[in-house]
Amino acid sequence: MTTPDKIRCDACPVMCYIAPGQTGACDRYANDAGRIIRTDPVVLLSKTLASGGRVVPFASRDWEGDPFPADAQITGIGSGTTYPDYKPAPFIIASEIDGADMVTVVTEAIFSYCGVKVKIDTDRFLGPEGATVRAQGEAIGHVTTAEYGSQMLSLGGVHHLTGGEKAEGRVTCAALLALCNAEAVELTIDQGSTVTVQAGKAPIVDGRVENRMRVGCGSATIGMFADQWQGLVDEVVVVDDHITGVVSEHQAGKVLGWADTGIKILGRRSTPGRYFRVSEPGLGWGGTSINDPLEILGAWNAKKGAREGLRLLMVSTTGEEFAYYELDEDLTPQAKAIPDALMTSVKLIDENCEPSLCTVLFMGGAGGSLRAGVTQNPVRLTRSVQARHTRLTSGGAECYVWPGGGITFMVDILRLPPGAFGYVPTPALVAPLEFTLPRTEYLALGGHVAAIKTLAEMMREGGAYATGARIGSDREGLR
Amino acid sequence: MMGPQIRCLSGDRLHLHHGPIDLILWAEGAQVAQAYAQAIARFEYVLEELVAELDDLRDPVPGAFNGPIAQAMGAATVPFRPAFITPMAAVAGAVADEVLATMCRGSGLTRAYVNNGGDIAVHLAPEQSLTAAMVGAGSAQLTLHHNHPARGIATSGRGGRSLSCGIADCVTVVAHSAAMADAAATMIANAVDLPGHPAITRRPARSLKADSDLGDILVTTALGLLTQSEVAAALRNGYAAAQAYAARGLIAGAALFLHSQSRTLGTLSLAKDIEYV
Repeated sequence: MTTPDKIRCDACPVMCYIAPGQTGACDRYANDAGRIIRTDPVVLLSKTLASGGRVVPFASRDWEGDPFPADAQITGIGSGTTYPDYKPAPFIIASEIDGADMVTVVTEAIFSYCGVKVKIDTDRFLGPEGATVRAQGEAIGHVTTAEYGSQMLSLGGVHHLTGGEKAEGRVTCAALLALCNAEAVELTIDQGSTVTVQAGKAPIVDGRVENRMRVGCGSATIGMFADQWQGLVDEVVVVDDHITGVVSEHQAGKVLGWADTGIKILGRRSTPGRYFRVSEPGLGWGGTSINDPLEILGAWNAKKGAREGLRLLMVSTTGEEFAYYELDEDLTPQAKAIPDALMTSVKLIDENCEPSLCTVLFMGGAGGSLRAGVTQNPVRLTRSVQARHTRLTSGGAECYVWPGGGITFMVDILRLPPGAFGYVPTPALVAPLEFTLPRTEYLALGGHVAAIKTLAEMMREGGAYATGARIGSDREGLR
Repeated sequence: MMGPQIRCLSGDRLHLHHGPIDLILWAEGAQVAQAYAQAIARFEYVLEELVAELDDLRDPVPGAFNGPIAQAMGAATVPFRPAFITPMAAVAGAVADEVLATMCRGSGLTRAYVNNGGDIAVHLAPEQSLTAAMVGAGSAQLTLHHNHPARGIATSGRGGRSLSCGIADCVTVVAHSAAMADAAATMIANAVDLPGHPAITRRPARSLKADSDLGDILVTTALGLLTQSEVAAALRNGYAAAQAYAARGLIAGAALFLHSQSRTLGTLSLAKDIEYV
């Protein structure tokens, strides 16, 4: 196998030989799979481009290349910013969209007031609500209130980024940056677990990959599948760290006419067939610490229906753990191979459980000085965004803008092209931001008129700094 | 191939860019426009001049140099031998010194600086002083006065563009020239180290930058958790190097930072009361 060659870069007189995967002396040009590319090109999105990107030099002097696709949409990625100056944002582009003359203001925004909300699809106990979440030992956020089927973390924010010791800020910024660029980050939770989070991938809790979300709690599972178990088995217990369900006692079972079985569950009964706290939270069955499900059963009561040969299925809410028993003459459950017919319903639970994923939403506010790069009267931009006259996107991805004061938004980082986030040593994150609004609206809110360029002009002359441009396919196709 | 690029920044500053060089220039006093014009004219040839002697500049034991910047780089790094050092350790400071000197020639500037990516050459007329802010743990200010010979500030560390053999977050040095401050900061940052410590990940410089003057010398690529006493020990090692250089008159002051600890020497003292966002 031959070693890949170094390539000569001719962007400047140093004429570096750049090895594959490395950058030149300036760190602006790199050898990417045998091609010299700018490391920070402005990203244009095109729906018409099938896949793969190509880089074209942006400054007109040196550029001879194919014309850009007609539907190229500019994003903020690589555009640079002049923070904290009040100069116009690096690109203010006028283009036609559906016949309306539109202006898109493109900048990279520097966020010291920002963070991420992380949704981890698992019932495994990660840590108590309010517990500190750490990266490399430094506090970077906390466990917030859990959602159905998911544990939630709130990370970042101005206090961890800038209010603590320098190490805390540095590590918080690095962790946020990695999460926003869809890299894997290992987090430890005080009084809880270690979890590796990566957007779009399954979470890894204390070294184990979590494959499945549960279909519902124990009670919900019984409600969904009770009629499929009837006749195949005499009793079903669905083990879950929140609510464990017992079909013979449960309302769903009663409606179907399930006979009493004399089962005794060691737990706190809520309503019939629903039990809290059969165990401690942990890494065993259904998010509990149980590895042997028989632990949660007490003695069977013959007077209430227990008999030799009674068939019992115990299953977790993801269908990943299951066991089949039959009571012997002493009414002790004996493990047996599970009948095929019953296996079908266990697989059905499994099939109804979605893959566990981690989701990372970047959340930030477009602060004062950034707005001044768009318009001379910043509050008008805020009102325009809140009124939905101005469309806010980040790296071309749609954002959710919070109601209320300011421009506070969330965006799913997987919807941005790769490498869209950067950082500055403040520490603060740098993320692309685009405001798109009709030209008339732009002028009415005091936009910087003289700084408007057409898309064609900008492609010829470049923006404030001579830069490269990379065309990618629509973001859906980039991941 | 792109030539040198010039643009104006706010605050009447100039940004000169060519290849790996980004200079921020600022001047006040008489004939500022003339000073800038002189700097721009000189900058036109800086990169090509250096490239012409690049092989020798990457050599730890070079011969004589032709260009003035190359000569200054050689002179600034010689005092640190026999430890491994090439003239490239002083390149940023030497370029700043040269452009500043050209800028100030014949013009009546009261104060000026050339900032080459954090390596700064300063000009001060009599009675003048200039204050630089250091942003980070224990934010500090450092002030250069005309009546003290220091005219160069440089910072080196693990996170910067250059590769480091040590683990310092950063080391800032004040010396009589930016070239000397640059070379000294590099060497002191290299000395902030815990040889053989398992939390330090090191790789040959060439695996990160194939052309690197460091060749196969191991440079730090990652740092894991250290105890407070380990941090203190690493800083002690760097501090010892800084003391030795100060005793020989090579530097006027140094500040060394690693995680939440710092050490200072000489003219640099840290004040924790500066607020910034």
